[in-house]
Amino acid sequence: MKALRKYLDKIKPNFQEGGKFSKLKSTFGAFESFFFVPDKVTTKGAHIRDNMDMKRNMTAVIIALLPALFFGMWNTGSFHYKALGENPGFWSEFFYGLGQVFPIIVVSYVSGLFLEFLFAQIRKEEVNEGFLVTGLLIPMIVPVDVPLWMVAVATMFAVLIGKEVFGGTGMNIVNPALLARAFLFFAYPSKMSGDKVWIAGMGDPETKIVDGFSGATPLADLANTGSTHYSIADQFFGFIPGAIGETSTLCILIGAVILIWTGVASWKIMISGVAGLLLTGLLINACGESAYTQVPFWQHLILGGFAFGIVFMATDPVTAAQTETGKWIYGFLIGAMVLLVRVINPAFPEGVMLAILFGNICAPLIDHFVIQANIKRRKKRAVAAN
Amino acid sequence: MSKVIKLKKGLDINLKGKAELALTEASGIAEVEISIKPSDFPCMKPALKVKEGDKVKAGSVLFTDKYRPEICFCSPVSGTVAEIRRAERRRITDIVVKGDGASEYEKFDTANVNSKDAAKELLLKSGVWPYLRQRPFNIIADPQSEFKAVYVSTFDSAPLAPDYQFILKDQVAEFQAGVDILGKIAPVYLGLDAKVKDNIFAGVKCKEINSFDGPHPAGNAGVQISHIIPVNKGENVIVVNPQDVAIIGRLVKNGIYDAKKTVVIAGSKVNKPQYIKTIANTSVAPLINGNIDADNARIISGNVLTGTKIDEKGFLGFYDNAITVIPEGNYYDFFGWALPGFKKFSVSRTFFSWLTPKKQYDLDTNMHGEERAYVVTGTYEKLLPMDILPLQLIKAILAENIELMEDLGIYEVAEEDFALCEFADTSKTEIQAIIRKGLDLMVAESR
Repeated sequence: MKALRKYLDKIKPNFQEGGKFSKLKSTFGAFESFFFVPDKVTTKGAHIRDNMDMKRNMTAVIIALLPALFFGMWNTGSFHYKALGENPGFWSEFFYGLGQVFPIIVVSYVSGLFLEFLFAQIRKEEVNEGFLVTGLLIPMIVPVDVPLWMVAVATMFAVLIGKEVFGGTGMNIVNPALLARAFLFFAYPSKMSGDKVWIAGMGDPETKIVDGFSGATPLADLANTGSTHYSIADQFFGFIPGAIGETSTLCILIGAVILIWTGVASWKIMISGVAGLLLTGLLINACGESAYTQVPFWQHLILGGFAFGIVFMATDPVTAAQTETGKWIYGFLIGAMVLLVRVINPAFPEGVMLAILFGNICAPLIDHFVIQANIKRRKKRAVAAN
Repeated sequence: MSKVIKLKKGLDINLKGKAELALTEASGIAEVEISIKPSDFPCMKPALKVKEGDKVKAGSVLFTDKYRPEICFCSPVSGTVAEIRRAERRRITDIVVKGDGASEYEKFDTANVNSKDAAKELLLKSGVWPYLRQRPFNIIADPQSEFKAVYVSTFDSAPLAPDYQFILKDQVAEFQAGVDILGKIAPVYLGLDAKVKDNIFAGVKCKEINSFDGPHPAGNAGVQISHIIPVNKGENVIVVNPQDVAIIGRLVKNGIYDAKKTVVIAGSKVNKPQYIKTIANTSVAPLINGNIDADNARIISGNVLTGTKIDEKGFLGFYDNAITVIPEGNYYDFFGWALPGFKKFSVSRTFFSWLTPKKQYDLDTNMHGEERAYVVTGTYEKLLPMDILPLQLIKAILAENIELMEDLGIYEVAEEDFALCEFADTSKTEIQAIIRKGLDLMVAESR
């Protein structure tokens, strides 16, 4: 530790203005502050500061993501061997899944961080930590069979068009991870939907699939036929096909508890999102006629990507509503919109991605009204006082 | 009419080094060096009335405000103007007076001060007017303005702050005299700490007394005002510290500017945290010498959230009643952001220190991170018990959007109200400096 510090101090001058590697100043800074929280002290204002910083904040989100990620790895292996009609045991399934998922994570981080470092350097800023979470979210919301080059293209698109053109971390309008998924969804629809993409290896004609095995998600089953052979328990614990990290509502709940307890994500968005989904579901149950509209309203909580979306994506503080009142409206809007897209719209069986993107775009408008209400309240008070 | 107002938002930071309620008297108060620092007064430009070597009495004018020449700044001791210190572009940083031990006072006629104008005139020429700060803008009150209230919060809720119940327990009569003369300018409102039983201020005669119950910043005058008599555009409220009210009271009673005050010396780097009776604007050296561990220490005039960094040869700030000494944080923390952090204080529960909520912390001046874009939302809102949208106001100030700042309530806030937001800020920005910049912009706009 001391040796590392000494070494960093020794090479640091090379990366400062005028040093021979001054073009890599941001990169050096990012690595230095990764190993050591800097020795910078306060000068004015509050002399003491909270220990919390952006790195800690993002780390908390990553820790909250881990249960769902590890479950997703095992689930990937599990379904791969189910499709083959084999049962090699837990660890083989997990390591197969790890082997499938890890490359996607690496590609996502490398392609995204490359752009982050590049733009930080161009702007002569520090590297922001926002991508640490985005880079893990992207692999968790794509089908496991997605080609790696597509992940790279989508990630770079999302970072470049979704974030950097708006000014970088903190300035973006829509969630970059979701933008990456939307890019894939609309650019390469055959690789992002259907019955085969969710099972590792199923898209490969060489793979011998056992008779009668379908890789369709329960949500797709319900949308097409009105019923699914997966039990409610399967759907809750996550023993179903789906995007890598989205299947296990239980693991996502563990993540939600971590996020809410640490205070990192807004419980208001999560609660109002669930409320929005349930109330809209009740309404659809009451009015709808087709079999799909009669899926019990609460079942939508454990289907598809809703749990993952409302816990990890809708709560992204940059793209969510930023006022506390606005968060209630924003969450509710997303919850309601998920069901409208899922059930009423015939084109897409899943609506979480579109609902959250819609919520992201509405968030500034929601905030605008909340801010105007605050302003009006103040003006009214002034009139009453005089 | 008296209400108890419960405030839920805010945070009490439990720091090591709390002072015992015992008073010592600093020796040689009359011979001490004092300095009035123009930097204590935002939007003020000093016009010197003395030069080095001049003899002054306690109450003699040292300088006035160039923009509002009726505001006088007076020496709290009798002695010689020892030095006028300047920084770059001849900006004055200190006007140092060395006390001669004679304790000679300028005499002010305090009989027949019955009207508002007479009260203003007395407070202006005797040098106590600068103790009166106004909302909006948190600057010295404008003598030309009309005021809707004078507000005194009788307690300070900041970490390691002085206990005015202790400091002023024998000065209630002076406090009342101060309230009486301030009452001639505008009706006086007091804010009491609801947690204190047998409050010494409960019997003070004034317009209205209300109690506040809650964590810091419940003791901030601005927070209390926003719940009692919110400041609208075009309105002005005077804010005075309780100990300064007692100084004004002594002026009325004795006809002299008697600026003795009690300050608390606290913090984890202080050997024996205590209360010391001394004089306003004093050199801090005689108060702390021998009683602090000066090695790698941050000496603060004021509290850890809003105070000013000074050195061992520095002076007590004009509005400060505390000297806090804590460790500097100039160290590298290996994987500090990643380790569990059982001993690391945080508003969030991302560090495992939430397991020990009652622990006393020895916090240092490390930033614990680097400046970042505004990403996290909802933190400031938990720490500011006012009907203000903090993040939106901060962004309006950064964008220098005067109209929006006005709409979002810049007239109601002072830097200190945002101190906890700055403390907890994940993005490590200097929020109090940003708020001050906004207030300065508003002042420039109105002049």
